[in-house]
Amino acid sequence: MAVLSLLSAQGLSIKFNGLSALSDVSFDVPKGQVRALIGPNGAGKTTLVGLLSGRLLPSSGTVHFDGQNVTNWPSHKRIVQGMGYTFQITSIFETLRVHENVALAARRHQMRDTLVNEVVEWALDRVGLAEYVNDIAGDLSYGHQRLLEIAMGLAQQPKLLILDEPTQGLTESDIEAFKALIDDLRGEVTVLLIEHNMDVVMQVADFVTVLESGQVLFEGVPSDVKASALVRAAYLGGANAKA
Amino acid sequence: MMSDSKKDCFAHGGVLLFLFALQFFLPAYHHGNMARIMVLASYAIGYNLIFGYTGLLSLGHAIFFAAGLYGSGLAISQFGFSVGVALVIGVTAGCVLSAVIGALALRTEGVAFMIVTLMFAQAGYLTVLYFGEYTRGDEGFVLAHADRVLWGVSLSDQTSRYFSAFSLFCVSLIMCLALVRSRFGKVLIAIRENEERTQMLGYNVVWYKFCTIILSGSISALAGATYALLFGYVGASFASVEYSIYPLLWVLLGGAGTVIGPLVGMIFMFYLIDLSSGVTTAYMLVAGLVLVFLAVFAPQGVMGEVRSRMWKWLS
Repeated sequence: MAVLSLLSAQGLSIKFNGLSALSDVSFDVPKGQVRALIGPNGAGKTTLVGLLSGRLLPSSGTVHFDGQNVTNWPSHKRIVQGMGYTFQITSIFETLRVHENVALAARRHQMRDTLVNEVVEWALDRVGLAEYVNDIAGDLSYGHQRLLEIAMGLAQQPKLLILDEPTQGLTESDIEAFKALIDDLRGEVTVLLIEHNMDVVMQVADFVTVLESGQVLFEGVPSDVKASALVRAAYLGGANAKA
Repeated sequence: MMSDSKKDCFAHGGVLLFLFALQFFLPAYHHGNMARIMVLASYAIGYNLIFGYTGLLSLGHAIFFAAGLYGSGLAISQFGFSVGVALVIGVTAGCVLSAVIGALALRTEGVAFMIVTLMFAQAGYLTVLYFGEYTRGDEGFVLAHADRVLWGVSLSDQTSRYFSAFSLFCVSLIMCLALVRSRFGKVLIAIRENEERTQMLGYNVVWYKFCTIILSGSISALAGATYALLFGYVGASFASVEYSIYPLLWVLLGGAGTVIGPLVGMIFMFYLIDLSSGVTTAYMLVAGLVLVFLAVFAPQGVMGEVRSRMWKWLS
């Protein structure tokens, strides 16, 4: 299993002003998997993603990506290596056109402008924003801005796509489209999905990692997670209970 | 229908053509003014690359202008080099200095970046005063007419001065236009709009900023060196904090992040002070009021407003 891992974290810990946000987190994401990362608010999900993508550096532990030790690499270098990242809080180029937003993502790896345009068209088509190509990104609705951000992730043609709460603020129909998109990408690209919406997690994830208080609480397929008394107590049985 | 890209090129080409033709119609007084304006507008174009396109607020660009000014001025006055060599020395001085200052200042961000660049420029200004024996400090020194001859053409002659200033402006404007339309320039705009996102698209943001500071510093130095050669005066006032603030004002007035904005802002500011000082001694009050008026009603600067209201294709 470890040989086939695209992403592997070993013993990751990080402290903020002496407070431990993550301690000794280890997990592996095999190539081609759709992995969900869940946990109650404050469990350390976004911190963990920050460490994986290089926006934060760990106090101890290592991160391996695509066969390389990337622990001390700056984030832009990891992205060149094949990580795609979308922000939890929508982060797009609001004053630029939708086309230029996606083109900036594509240009880094495509040298010819015609190929860039093809990638842009393909990525916008996949998230269903093709008709907005000439709009100013900031004029899009919130949900569409989220989708644009995913299109920017796709246009990087990453090996690993990290999606930080992608369905937050999306309408029901947008969420359905998102689920279809992930199903569509399955096998093509490895996905690490940080998600609050349990329906989405249960339906699209191949495997789930549950974080709680900065540690890995449970790992398993969605049905096991649902059945686990441990997870139920820590998360599903708490204030967020829905399932 | 012309493509947006073509319209953009034609518009900027038209401005250059207009400036070229202008010399045949202008009376002597304005002829000299325009030469000065074009040189200083080239300085502002250099500044606009870092401020208007990349979003880095430098308060110390006078040191790059002065590096060119003193680099070429001292090369002639102290070492007797020819005009061509002096020009190369001036630009090289600005290039090296911007690499050193860029490498250090880019370790900071935001307000700290402003302060660090300001302090470097002050250090440069004080260095000029410290070596007063060679630079003659505030008083400055004059380059003799006989020393300002390039390929047999005297640069102090009015026609050749206008033409030299025009050539410099052409080089600066075309470089800037080509740059901002290139992939590199589009990344700079992306950095200005959302630096974190640009980094997370896999661009080495610090490297892009570093290259732009060197380019910006070198264009500023080229303008400084040309100023010394065309107008024959080299003085410490050009290294002072005013000359770091001026390009910021010109660019803001004309439109930050527009290629032609620096020229428009420079012309506007120059003639605003020129005309109001003919009417009242409180001309800075007039200038101040107009600036406030513009900041309130045209916050994007003249060309910025033109772009957002009429010509959306303008680079």
